[in-house]
Amino acid sequence: MLTPVLSAHWDEKDSFTMEGYQRHGGYDAAAKALQMEPDAVIQLVKDSGLRGRGGAGFPTGMKWGFIPQGDNKDHYLVVNADESEPGTCKDMPLLLANPHVLVEGMIIASYAIRAKYAFIYVRGEVTHVVRRVQQAIEDAYRAGYLGKNIFGSGVDLELVLHVGAGAYICGEETALLDSLEGFRGQPRLRPPFPAIAGLYARPTVVNNVESISSIPAIITNGPEWFSSMGTEKSKGMTLYSLSGHVAHPGQFEAPLGITLRELLELSGGIRAGHQLKFWTPGGSSTPIFTAEHWDTPLDYEGVAAAGSMLGTKALQIFDETTCVVRAVLRWSEFYKHESCGKCTPCREGTWWLVQILRDLENGQGTEADLDKLLDICDNILGRAFCALGDGATSPIISSIKYFRDEYIAHLTNGGCPFDPHAATLFASAKAGA
Amino acid sequence: MAFTQQDLSVMDSIIARYPRPRSAIMPLLHYVQSRDGFVTHDGIEIIAKKLELEMAEVSAVSTFYTQYKRKPVGEYHVGVCTNTLCAVMGGDAIFAGLKEHLGIENDGVTSDGKVSLEHIECNAACDYAPVVMANWEFYDNQSVQSAKDLVDAMRAGDPPAPTRGPNVLPTWKENSAVLAGLNDGHAHEGVQAGEPSLLGLKISKDQKGAQG
Repeated sequence: MLTPVLSAHWDEKDSFTMEGYQRHGGYDAAAKALQMEPDAVIQLVKDSGLRGRGGAGFPTGMKWGFIPQGDNKDHYLVVNADESEPGTCKDMPLLLANPHVLVEGMIIASYAIRAKYAFIYVRGEVTHVVRRVQQAIEDAYRAGYLGKNIFGSGVDLELVLHVGAGAYICGEETALLDSLEGFRGQPRLRPPFPAIAGLYARPTVVNNVESISSIPAIITNGPEWFSSMGTEKSKGMTLYSLSGHVAHPGQFEAPLGITLRELLELSGGIRAGHQLKFWTPGGSSTPIFTAEHWDTPLDYEGVAAAGSMLGTKALQIFDETTCVVRAVLRWSEFYKHESCGKCTPCREGTWWLVQILRDLENGQGTEADLDKLLDICDNILGRAFCALGDGATSPIISSIKYFRDEYIAHLTNGGCPFDPHAATLFASAKAGA
Repeated sequence: MAFTQQDLSVMDSIIARYPRPRSAIMPLLHYVQSRDGFVTHDGIEIIAKKLELEMAEVSAVSTFYTQYKRKPVGEYHVGVCTNTLCAVMGGDAIFAGLKEHLGIENDGVTSDGKVSLEHIECNAACDYAPVVMANWEFYDNQSVQSAKDLVDAMRAGDPPAPTRGPNVLPTWKENSAVLAGLNDGHAHEGVQAGEPSLLGLKISKDQKGAQG
């Protein structure tokens, strides 16, 4: 049921080194791709059915195909390693354990889109990840896989690691590009899309770490191998991240379409003595699910049909000890803090959402505040400049849908009816002892 | 602090990485923090000069990003994740415990200049919750007591190694240089992955072993 591909060798002590990577055929896929026509590489990725693993699920090969060819302009590849969506924790362990697979994927992608310059934009709060990626890049240069005339093919490629500085908004691809150009990271109006006017107003592909890291295996094993995994429209394997009130949190690489029930049966279930209350299928910006959704197929279509989004496959699990109002308030404080301030609905709206939620959590609001929350959400969703504002409304709308009674209970109780200590890891350690 | 000739040549090498000089502004700000500990007036001035920008343009960028500090932080800057998942799992209790233990508030620094404290957002380690970061190195699966022990050890000058990081916890300034893209030679240290990162792989191998 599990299909470790990206994570297949993470249990080897030197998995992050050039030697460890090449022990399992590392960089053979790049050498093979460089023998192909660039357009054939794009076609192969299209045929595999690979879709973006950063949240939106856009077909990767199609994105590459949008880059105009023969336009005499510089093209750029930018990898989004800004992983900051609450709950999302797959790209950082991937880069810590195997940065070379990303470098190799970038060599192949750059060749396909005819880019001579590529960037990794990694979040700044993960120093050891930065070290590992930096070292991998330097080792790849030394081996002749980056720089001039890579693999003796006549192709040149420069790869630069760019370290962010703590701004969630820079995970939004156009804000990321502004940040990489040396500005405040604020999103751009689209169109034009990055494929036409991206970095330095040149054709640019922006892809997630996991998407690009999936490319070498697709080149090596073929598109049929990849598309044999997963469901009809959601092909291949992917990393699911289980966290929170589970017996054993961690990373699970499985075909798209696995369910929460299956993942928890494999990993040991909810923490002992407790029941599932609510969970996110793909980070805090995806509407929450409940115990109704045990068997929802976790692929792009299955999650969307159930009213949420697959997002980053960050499954944050909360049991019955968790106050949903507290959880939603904290996420809302996050969106308010991270709103870049460019557009009014998000800048002002997230501020007011926090004020109202704070009152509700303290038992000071009225039931009419729930309608006020939904009204403000309605004025943000679809009206904000980028997806950050939309994401801010997801936990609020979905939690009121499933847990309206719990909001009301805060009012009748005159405050939060939950004991925060009961939800901590320390409490479960004691209960288990 | 005055920047030395060597600092200036490092800054030139950072600028040379990029097709356009302005792209170097973020690593240059990290580099200024590695020399001065925070983004100083002198640091902004030298970046503006190097990139042929107005100082206001450099300031505008530095104030957008929370990792650029406008006043000194401790030799060890401690971040406690209080985003929802870590908060619920114990991050709120850890943050409250550290504030009380150190006698400082959010963004505060201890009087000996050793430790500063900040509540941080999700740091991409949710399967290791509750998470504490020190100089942006991972300290996984913390408790109130382990976090207090950690800051006590920092103040005594002998912090334990990060859970997934180098053998010795670098100082704030040393790690700022790494974020500027300067290789400190510690990439090979520490584990390749923690247990939660390996759980799916282990279960998969166990299943295959059982079938085999």
